[in-house]
Amino acid sequence: MKYETQKVAYPFFIAALLLFAGQVSFGLLAGAVYVWPDFFAEFMPFHIMRMSHTNLLLVWLLIGFFGATYYLLPEEAETEIHSPMIAYIQLGIFVFAGAAALISYQFGIHEGREFLEQPLWIKILLTISFLMFLYNGTRTLMAGRRTAISVVLMLGLWLAAIFWLFAFYNPANLSLDKMYWWYVVHIWVEGVWGLIMASLLAYLLIKLTGVDREIIEKWLYVIVGLVLFSGLLGTGHHYYWIGTPGYWQPVGSFFSALEVVPLFAMVAFAFYMFWRGNRNHPNKSAILWTLGCTVMAFFGAGVWGFMHTLSFVNYYSHGTQVTAAHGHLAFYGAYVMLNLAIITFAMPQLRGKRPYNQIRNMWGFWLMTGGMAFMTFTLTFAGVIQTHLQRVMDVRYMVAQDDLTLFYAMRFGSGVIVVIGALLFLWATLGRPREQVPTGATHVAADTNA
Amino acid sequence: MIEGLSRNAARNIFFGGSIFFFVLFVGLTLHSHYYIVTESTDHEGITEQVRMGKHVWEKESCINCHSLLGEGAYFAPELGNVWLRYGGAEDPEAARQGIKSWIRMQPLGVPGRRQMPSYEHLTEEELDALIEFLRWTSTIDTQDWPPTISG
Repeated sequence: MKYETQKVAYPFFIAALLLFAGQVSFGLLAGAVYVWPDFFAEFMPFHIMRMSHTNLLLVWLLIGFFGATYYLLPEEAETEIHSPMIAYIQLGIFVFAGAAALISYQFGIHEGREFLEQPLWIKILLTISFLMFLYNGTRTLMAGRRTAISVVLMLGLWLAAIFWLFAFYNPANLSLDKMYWWYVVHIWVEGVWGLIMASLLAYLLIKLTGVDREIIEKWLYVIVGLVLFSGLLGTGHHYYWIGTPGYWQPVGSFFSALEVVPLFAMVAFAFYMFWRGNRNHPNKSAILWTLGCTVMAFFGAGVWGFMHTLSFVNYYSHGTQVTAAHGHLAFYGAYVMLNLAIITFAMPQLRGKRPYNQIRNMWGFWLMTGGMAFMTFTLTFAGVIQTHLQRVMDVRYMVAQDDLTLFYAMRFGSGVIVVIGALLFLWATLGRPREQVPTGATHVAADTNA
Repeated sequence: MIEGLSRNAARNIFFGGSIFFFVLFVGLTLHSHYYIVTESTDHEGITEQVRMGKHVWEKESCINCHSLLGEGAYFAPELGNVWLRYGGAEDPEAARQGIKSWIRMQPLGVPGRRQMPSYEHLTEEELDALIEFLRWTSTIDTQDWPPTISG
């Protein structure tokens, strides 16, 4: 670690990982209700579990992005973080707001739009914290060297904050409400978060492969260009059936189908750089997470997204378990794995160790990734059957659901595997470091700070 | 293709192209806004009761089990057309009573069936408003979605 203030990232990563554990726990509870429908019904209704599950996800991913930014900005800008104090206060506010939302949900205190359930005062706190972060990051960026990575990253975070402001706009007309709601939800995950993802990947690839910055940054611009060219009008795939004009069907179908292209480019980017690079980085588990992230994002967001994005397919599949399948693998592949890649890469340096507990970390990788893949398959089968029963044969919802029990049981099983994988990852990352280098990697590079 | 491209050219394409597509997207959204207000929804018909009903819908976070126009949690039935499933197009009064008594019956407590929580705390006024909101929602022109009445 070259710069003292990079250590600001440490508490961010710890907070992110603990909230991650909470997120998968609520996921497991919700998955159990699908199998044993009266499970917990008196104590915690399903809608509370679900909003806890999705909100914790968003909060920990954002904290992870903040941490990643604080970690890489000093190296990129070649200067210390503007104010570590602002960073700690900002983290405190964000964690407090996230925890307050979580607790208030358990008492039935929430707003009612999906993913934006946080009570107004909590939304305001989140905004304040986000703005403090942007101020701190931008001041740091301005004070030092401006690289493509840091500029694209900060641009992505700025745009995320700007589009978040639509969370405060809730028109009485449901169709308008839904249209602008997607300004937050779609433009985050299929638009500006793509900038964050591509720039963090670019950073990891420079560090892990040793390929020239010039080449990596050119790829970065091409990829983020493809993300926004396809992703902005790709929002149209949410505007098919909510009262918006019919032209969104061809527009949304065409551009959202193209969203596969940047996701494939990221796979090509990562593998090509490792093929081209000559650095033998000792952090093998970080390499695994980096490559795995691009592959799973391609399948989860790209392939599974494309599967139901064309309007004449979506007409039948919209709002079934097909969407749930896609949502799970897309978030896991693109953003969960990205955060875990950065954390796996940065933790040894933040803790002043050589890469440690790598085998355990990789077990976490394979269990989580395998579990999520299997969960996605089961939900896809469930969704296809549901689509046929409900949308073709006109079988009532609750009757159709009865035929999906087997898939929900398998989904719960894969959820258990994911939780075990997540716990292993936490143990490997936060637990006592024991140097553990995978076999075959005997010639460890001397400079682990590279 | 990427070999012949310089980093600065890639950067300019990124910024220029993104601004172009962003402007296009905002333009289409503005047109859609106009279309929603004038054509596809009963914008004039958003009464105080419909507003209140939407507020009840949100306060109870119905969306985290049900779906509305296909968006939501997929754990419970689609409600964008529940009004029509209850025959509201033919007999509004019967539909109103039907939906109301169904909600009042919760929780059903049938073993092995997904459980809707109790909504005893909702007043008659709130419940009427919620149902009015669902009726209003069923009038949105959704390009003929869903394909079947089952939702």
